[in-house]
Amino acid sequence: MKKRYTLLWLIPLILAISLIPIITHSVIYRETVFLILMYITLAVSLNIILGYTGYVSFGHVVFFGIGGYTSFYLMHKFGIHLIFAMIMGGVVSAIIALIVGEAVLKLRGAFFAIATIGINEAIKSLVTNLSWLGGATGMFFNFKIYKTYGGAAKAIWFAYCLMVIVTIVSLVTSYFIKNSKFGYGLFAIREDEDAAIVLGVNAKRFKSIAYAISAFFPGLVGAIFFFKAGNIEPEDAFHLVKSIEMIFMVMLGGFGTISGPPIGAILYERLKGILLVNPLFKNLHMAITGLILLIIILFAPGGIVGTLRNRFKKIRSLLE
Amino acid sequence: MYAWIAALINGILVGLVYGLAAIGLNLIWGVMKVINLSHGAFIALGMFCAYFIFHFAGINPFLAVILILIVGLILGMISYFIVLHRVLDAPELSTLLSTYSLSLIIIGLGTFIFTTNPRAIDIGLGSIGIGNIYIPITKILTGLFSILFTIVLYVFLYKTWTGKAIRAVSLNRAAAEFMGVNSTFILSLSFGIGVGLAMVAGCLIAAIFPFTILSGAVYELKSFVICVLGGLGSPIGALVGGLILGLLENICALKIPVGYIPFIEFVILVIILLVKPTGLITKR
Amino acid sequence: MKRGVFVWFFLCCFFLSFGFTKKVLAKDKIIVGFTVSQTGKLNAESKEQYNGLSLWKSYVNKQGGIYVKELQKKLPVEFKYYDDESSKERVQQLYVRLITQDGADFLISPYSSGLTASSSIIAEQYEKIMLAIGSASDSIFTKGYTHIFQIYTPASRYLTGSLDLLKAYDPKAKKIAIVFEQSNFAKDVCTAAKDYAVKHGFNVVLFESYDPGTTDFTSILNKVAKKKPDAVIGGGHFSDGETFAKQIFEQKIRVKLVSLLVAPAVPKFAEIGKSALYVTAPSQWEPKAKFSEETAKKLGVPWYGVSGDWFVKNYSKLYGETPGYHAAAGFVAGLVLQKAIEDAGSLKSSKVKKALEAMDLMTFYGRITFDKGDYYGRQLGHDMVYLQWQNCDGKLVKEVVWPEVAKSANFIYPYYKKFK
Repeated sequence: MKKRYTLLWLIPLILAISLIPIITHSVIYRETVFLILMYITLAVSLNIILGYTGYVSFGHVVFFGIGGYTSFYLMHKFGIHLIFAMIMGGVVSAIIALIVGEAVLKLRGAFFAIATIGINEAIKSLVTNLSWLGGATGMFFNFKIYKTYGGAAKAIWFAYCLMVIVTIVSLVTSYFIKNSKFGYGLFAIREDEDAAIVLGVNAKRFKSIAYAISAFFPGLVGAIFFFKAGNIEPEDAFHLVKSIEMIFMVMLGGFGTISGPPIGAILYERLKGILLVNPLFKNLHMAITGLILLIIILFAPGGIVGTLRNRFKKIRSLLE
Repeated sequence: MYAWIAALINGILVGLVYGLAAIGLNLIWGVMKVINLSHGAFIALGMFCAYFIFHFAGINPFLAVILILIVGLILGMISYFIVLHRVLDAPELSTLLSTYSLSLIIIGLGTFIFTTNPRAIDIGLGSIGIGNIYIPITKILTGLFSILFTIVLYVFLYKTWTGKAIRAVSLNRAAAEFMGVNSTFILSLSFGIGVGLAMVAGCLIAAIFPFTILSGAVYELKSFVICVLGGLGSPIGALVGGLILGLLENICALKIPVGYIPFIEFVILVIILLVKPTGLITKR
Repeated sequence: MKRGVFVWFFLCCFFLSFGFTKKVLAKDKIIVGFTVSQTGKLNAESKEQYNGLSLWKSYVNKQGGIYVKELQKKLPVEFKYYDDESSKERVQQLYVRLITQDGADFLISPYSSGLTASSSIIAEQYEKIMLAIGSASDSIFTKGYTHIFQIYTPASRYLTGSLDLLKAYDPKAKKIAIVFEQSNFAKDVCTAAKDYAVKHGFNVVLFESYDPGTTDFTSILNKVAKKKPDAVIGGGHFSDGETFAKQIFEQKIRVKLVSLLVAPAVPKFAEIGKSALYVTAPSQWEPKAKFSEETAKKLGVPWYGVSGDWFVKNYSKLYGETPGYHAAAGFVAGLVLQKAIEDAGSLKSSKVKKALEAMDLMTFYGRITFDKGDYYGRQLGHDMVYLQWQNCDGKLVKEVVWPEVAKSANFIYPYYKKFK
């Protein structure tokens, strides 16, 4: 076996970043780092289906929304604690992914991509029409709900800490999947699905499981995000643009790698943060994001990590 | 009864518009196996072209279509070389994302320049009344243009040498090269035609409905449904798909709450993809 | 070895990116923080609101600022604002930034109820006063917040005046069709209108919502025509409302009253020509609304700020267009803040909060008082005005037709009069 060090620097790095707001008690850093962590988890989980298996899930945000709605409903109606509600959100997302995946994972390439967009739009429209989920108005928390967690301020810190844990778990999961027999099976599917089947990979089950895992984490993230936001609406929960952002982060960092998506997520968040507050660029950030994406696709399809790995063979054990 | 007849007529007219909006996407998807995610952005661009031509030169959108088609053709061919040429043989992800990034650039610049303020072109041709049913003339004209463009594209693809070359490249690029077809030119031309048609669709839609720079996205999503319904690569397929969608929207609306219609559309999209991914209407 | 270098490299990059931090300055100005939707779907409305706010800023600063008794001097107002992209994701981050990093003393909400709800949590958490403009939702004010004050008339009283208007002019008209956009705001308004209609003896024959991206309303209008209602009320935001009005005209739906949210109140609505004629709409404020010092005197409420004419004149001069209610609300939010600071004589949230609670005044925008009960902070004093597009010497103009005290012209009834 080759030696693998990626996690040895990646996890401490993420922890270090997460500790900044806790040590300095700075709320502004907390908000920034929260978004970074959220993006990391979303990117890492998307990478499991997109990067490892090669299936372009264009509507991945649907699981973010499903998790958000499930947990929000549980917390709002029954006052269930965030931790349990969050886990339920993740589990429901994963189960729906299993059911839906059973059908749509038969499709390949662009057809799969279009189908996932269709699923997201269909669910968004359905939720908008369901009055018990608040319909188009969505649901609002009563401010009192935060009392269980010691007031709004503490509740948000609590959500932050949960986010740190979820991020670390998602990273470790993605690492172990990649370096397991299961992971090799997924990569075989990515390279040539028919050949993988001939070689005895149970492609159907592998894909379904990968899809479910990659849906589980966005479910958790959705739960935490909407807990913190205090309200949920279909427009925010199933916003197709967020899917694209997730893909962007994976591509920027390097798809199919372990360290790529987190790096992509960090850079993307910072890039967006800087562009948005810069008076010169804030009206143009969308166009700039597009331009960067185009350059990556055309000239560095492996993303940052992929390019570095090709350029510097020595650090391959560090960058995976 | 009146309601049903009105729904039928309107379904057909709106269906023709939807069909027109989808033709460009369908052509590119069929010929190049690329899902052009900048389709909606080009529709929006077409709308704005029509708007400015109407407001500054006073030219009616129905006359401006030829001009806009040419602009679209050129823009599309340039875009092909910038955005697609390098990644055409890469996995689908690359072409999906490169066209999407093009869309981000267009919409981003568009928002910057035009803002997201809604705009409308009011050429005020009035309505024709049949009994109690009134139909705006602009809608009828747009429907006719839609049929016209479908026929022209059909003749072009099946009767002219260039059209045949496009179909040859879409079937087998290597073989077409052997027969002396410059496949790069043909591919860029097809992308150009696809973009041109998207802009024409935008131009004509702008004559009926108000729009913003973000309006293209709605038609792009509908175009996916239409392409899947009608089958890929054939201009007739897009028109038929559009008609099905238009009728579906209007007839269903009489019986069920209107809010559920997008849900039904997208469920149909997913089901058809699963059952018959080549589309409902395919020749072979 | 290499590994260490790499890690440090990344850490350095990361910290450098945080380097855009600014120090909080000594108190020589009042900082008002907010986000504007410079991109995304709310751009148009948000921009106008921002223009109104900016006009207020130059108005105040021309006077040398706001007098703060505690500091014994006038402080000028400074704005800090960012783009929220019309999306919830950044709102909280940006509001935290405004409070902690930019040292905002007071906050103005983003445009729309959804974004306001998200930013409210932050404002509440830091106990900063936030004036909510561009958000008419009632639900935000049932959540136990104590620092959010609403400038708009809330959704529950938004469209009900149209029904009063109909009743006053034609007591026999009973059949109402309510058709609205599936959005937070429109749904709140139309649900409230439906309840009101049922309570006041109207017959709601159709109550249906459409997808926010809808551009073709013919299918819905078919359904409306089938039910033969006397009035069609509803709508959502600008684009859909405009299209809806246009298609009602094109399909010649014979109804007596058309009342739509948002769209007809925007001056651009006139671009659809004859389709706009006789359409009515609720509006938070209209240039022709007659709220003046005399109205204030009649009601026994103190008058504050500029006159409506002053506002219209200066706004038009600065931006080259007639202000709509988004702009007026922006300006008034500034006025309310200014008055509250002057009354409190302090910049402390707790004192300004007391001043806002006690506030009851008349401005060119109407009366302002806030709810102190279960719906703490909800707007209580302000009422909607109802406008109608009418023909004046061949030009389309907005006239205020309801309520009686504010009206500038007589209501023209019924709507289908124009089909001849």
